[in-house]
Amino acid sequence: MKNDVSRRKFITTTLGTAMGASGIAVVARIANRYGLIPPDHSGIFGIGETLTYASQRILTSFHSQAREFDRSQVSEIPIVNGNPPQNETYERLLRGRFSDWRLTIDGLVARPSSFSLADLKSYPTSTQITQLACEEGWSFIGEWTGVALSHVLNSVGVLPQAKYVVYLSLDEEWWDSLDMPEAWHPQTLLTYGMNGRDLTVDHGAPLRLRLPRQLGYKSVKYVHRITFTDNIKKFGSGFGSVSPDLGYSWYAGI
Amino acid sequence: MSTSDPAYVGDLVVPREKVSDFPRHSLTVRVTHWITALSFGGLFVSGVAILLSHPRLYWGETGNVATPSLIDLPFPFILANQNGWGRYLHFLSAWIVVLSGVVYVVSGLVTRHFRKNLLPAKADLSWKSFFERSRSEAVPTYNVLQRVTYLAVVFGLFPFVIWTGLAMSPALVSVVPALVTVFGGHQSARTLHFLVAAVLVLFVLVHLAMVCIAGFWRCVRPMITGYAAARKEHA
Repeated sequence: MKNDVSRRKFITTTLGTAMGASGIAVVARIANRYGLIPPDHSGIFGIGETLTYASQRILTSFHSQAREFDRSQVSEIPIVNGNPPQNETYERLLRGRFSDWRLTIDGLVARPSSFSLADLKSYPTSTQITQLACEEGWSFIGEWTGVALSHVLNSVGVLPQAKYVVYLSLDEEWWDSLDMPEAWHPQTLLTYGMNGRDLTVDHGAPLRLRLPRQLGYKSVKYVHRITFTDNIKKFGSGFGSVSPDLGYSWYAGI
Repeated sequence: MSTSDPAYVGDLVVPREKVSDFPRHSLTVRVTHWITALSFGGLFVSGVAILLSHPRLYWGETGNVATPSLIDLPFPFILANQNGWGRYLHFLSAWIVVLSGVVYVVSGLVTRHFRKNLLPAKADLSWKSFFERSRSEAVPTYNVLQRVTYLAVVFGLFPFVIWTGLAMSPALVSVVPALVTVFGGHQSARTLHFLVAAVLVLFVLVHLAMVCIAGFWRCVRPMITGYAAARKEHA
């Protein structure tokens, strides 16, 4: 009788473990299929990150927009964080007032292209007055002008297998990436103007990617190349941006 | 233990203590208590790490070094670029505390734990009974002050600290703007999050002090084993 009990216990434990493990595997597979797993999902912190990212991807939609403010609420002093790129390429482009600057778009697109600043300015203009919130805790409100990333996505013909938009800065150590829902979102802008003037060097001239539904560090300055990929592991350490290498999460919708 | 011991019944050996012990905390209460305690430690450490990168609090929508602050926290130093792991740990701990909190609240409603053990009896709701020891001498129960405090922590402070935390999320606020607009802005939510967290820390400190005063093992043992020793008359 004693044997029976332990055998039954053994069988139920084994079955339970197997079902639990395969259950987790199935959930993980479905979550991955629907783009609910962030690139920095590994390790103990990856559990919290995945729960945050997955739940917010389910909750947020194309229609949920970051709050926009009245022009009277624009901060008098827009805070500057970080320094302009310290390299010869950037200094040369700056001396030429960015007339030689190009935005290169490649990867999984039908028509790899490059755009001058004048090209981007000739596209339909989008303006937003939104809050830039830094992960440190401070924030300011600014007015940004540019072209919706979705407009550029349409003009280069993004291939359906593209899963991430990687954007690289002239500040060579800086790059980041977005998932496709964020890339298509109407408030995700390639900005060249701020507070009614051209973007200043401090704020990312000539081009800053602005996405108000995430913290400030995702709004990378000095963007000069955008590439589309189905495999984010090929870039850097494979975590989707330099931020996880520095200890910050890839997804910053918090 | 000898065979003349009253707890010795035939060949069934019952430890002497067990006879006078009686159930105090359910398994759910014990497990969620310790998970919450551990996660709260994680939230506290990571919260301080995040705060140390910018220990200024503001009111309203925006706030930064160029605007006046509401509270300047007197930290002797700031800790730049340490808030990355702080954030990872904060959100991991927050998820654990929220999930175990849901288990605790649902089970507390189903098993009528709140009604039986935490909701003060109507007759006890007087200022005098507030500070009295629990009436039953043999069976330790919570007094009115404890009951009201625990209920306030579970149904007041925790929901509020979660809400003000979510109000700082630019993604969630894009779905439900009222999360933050009711507080008057992003920075107000951040300040309130800090203040509620400070009250929770104060609660933990007082809670620990009371445990020590009432007898550390007398209070901690039931929260681990589930059983409390009866107050023995003959002891």
